[in-house]
Amino acid sequence: MPERFLVEAVNDALHVEMARDPDVMMIGEDVGRAGGVFRATAGLRERFGPDRCVDMPLAEAGLLGGAVGLCMAGWRPVCEMQYDAFSYPCLDQLITHVGRYRWRTRGALSFPLVVRMPYGGGVRAPELHDDSPETYYVHTPGVKVAIPSTPADAKGLLAAAIRDPDPVIVLEPKLIYRTARGEVPEGEHVVPLGQARIAREGTDVTLIAYGAMVPVAERAADDLAGEASCEVLDLRTLKPLDEQALLASVGKTGRAVVVQEAPRTLGFGAEVAAILAEQAILDLRGPVLRVTGFDVPYPYWQLEDWYMPSPARVADAVRRLLAF
Amino acid sequence: MTELAAGAPLLRIIGDEVTPDGDSGLSAEELLALHRSLVLLRTYDERSIVYHRQGRIGTYALFWGHEAIQAGAVHGLEPRDWIFPSYRESAVGLLRGMPPATVLSWWRGHPAGWWNPAEYGVASICVPIATQVPHAAGFAWGSALRGEGRVALVFFGDGATSEGAFHEGANLAAVRKAPLVLLCNNNQWAISTPLAEQTAATALVDKASGYGIPGERVDGTDVLAVHDAVRRAAAHARLGGGPTFIEAVTYRAAPHATADDPTPYVDPGLVEEARRCECVGRFEGYLQRRGLLDEDAAQRVREDALRVLREGIAAAEAEPPADPSLLFEHALVDPPPAFADQLAELRRIADA
Repeated sequence: MPERFLVEAVNDALHVEMARDPDVMMIGEDVGRAGGVFRATAGLRERFGPDRCVDMPLAEAGLLGGAVGLCMAGWRPVCEMQYDAFSYPCLDQLITHVGRYRWRTRGALSFPLVVRMPYGGGVRAPELHDDSPETYYVHTPGVKVAIPSTPADAKGLLAAAIRDPDPVIVLEPKLIYRTARGEVPEGEHVVPLGQARIAREGTDVTLIAYGAMVPVAERAADDLAGEASCEVLDLRTLKPLDEQALLASVGKTGRAVVVQEAPRTLGFGAEVAAILAEQAILDLRGPVLRVTGFDVPYPYWQLEDWYMPSPARVADAVRRLLAF
Repeated sequence: MTELAAGAPLLRIIGDEVTPDGDSGLSAEELLALHRSLVLLRTYDERSIVYHRQGRIGTYALFWGHEAIQAGAVHGLEPRDWIFPSYRESAVGLLRGMPPATVLSWWRGHPAGWWNPAEYGVASICVPIATQVPHAAGFAWGSALRGEGRVALVFFGDGATSEGAFHEGANLAAVRKAPLVLLCNNNQWAISTPLAEQTAATALVDKASGYGIPGERVDGTDVLAVHDAVRRAAAHARLGGGPTFIEAVTYRAAPHATADDPTPYVDPGLVEEARRCECVGRFEGYLQRRGLLDEDAAQRVREDALRVLREGIAAAEAEPPADPSLLFEHALVDPPPAFADQLAELRRIADA
């Protein structure tokens, strides 16, 4: 099995799925001639032609709104948003139409589109190239949200998203685009949406993470070796959430720390904490703790290491929880 | 209408006291079909106001006086072409065979009002302003990629031209040479904001050149002019010529919606003039001058439309109450387990 970087696995998924299904189109800013600013779409225009890998006008709402119309004409568009924070204009179409249109037609029309984008901080980039916008997407009814943390999952979750009959948002952790490297199955490879993954087994505390925070949680688990046995649960899909895996792991360890880069208030960690409070209160041996970004704008990069959750902050939370 | 139309001249076919009638190129049958459509829409609109006052439908966005834009457009298309309405064209599906009960159910807030766009070639009613323009652009483009020879037509108002979605959709369609007709109902008002505070452009049609596409201005109360412009724009699009922007100039003689009282902001003189020149009467005058319609025949058309509406509201009111399962049923093809739990919670309370 070949080893690939995470962004190469994304590219592989697009090649495989576009070859498999002639209705799949790739549309986005600079996705054609340039192959995407991160080269996630490299080679698609050459292989599938300029009508199936399209350099779009620089307008994210028009891009996603256009994708809604493409779905009505029988296409399965994969929309690239160039960066997390550049996706905000597309929220207009996402909220008002993408998540509602099927319901509005009583199920007569489906919108099998994908929105994929690099997200997250730590890359020493200018302002608004660093956001973790997953809450906006997760909070929108009618769409699903997946976030891979490994090359194999980046391929498999994107393939599942492309094949899914409903709109799916795939957030790709750009921090580890070219640092996470691992074996990726060749050819068709699908990781079903809605299934979490135990990245590491443990018995004392569950570290719940997704995307670029999975390796942070794993490093914290390493650092805590001998002090605490940490289970790392990689959620992989935020919506629909694999509640069974969450409850099973926390049922076993009795302790939960959620790690997210996004600002704390109403972030996905709050949802995880609420689910545990509702469904696992008697399993818990201490409060559900959150290690998160802060409720401030994502900072200029000389401050970003203070903003991003670090293994030290995660380990600190684990120690506080064990001492509770 | 003259003072509303600074800028490029308006295409007119129906004459007036000064100008003789032009030639529409339509047969007597086609002209009478157009008349039936106008009357059906007018009747729908007038009955809806009554139904609203009777508490039988909810808040309703009127289109009184805009029937010519809607009927002229639909008749200017082929049946395979798709229409993307705003809420102002909520009943345009009637011209594609949609039962009035469906549209009335929409305004009654009942899920029976949600139709299958593919059945009529009519997209869902778009409530947020201009956001349907990119849909129409994407559909037209995607359909052309498949070589289907279909055209899309999107309705929007003058206020919509201020929205980013209008710009993004129009630009996308132009760049992709998508077979799209952009039909702007310039009725001079976005609720209470007049056109002069919406744009500094002399005429909305001038925007077309910014997108590198042809533009045309028509008298929006002249159904034959709208029909002619749409038919030509659709033919141009079908041949690969790309989109056309059509500005149909009219004046909103009715409130924005049943919840609106326009008296503080409209010019009563202009409303009076718009009502005097309203599009159904203008077209009936034209048909009478051509010897195609007399008062008895017109009356029969009105009675037919009234009967269809009465049957429609009865059918809409006969819809059984929506079951709470419909909350969840169509949001996703593949619903998450949480939906079943949430529905069970509702059922438990309902059955208690």
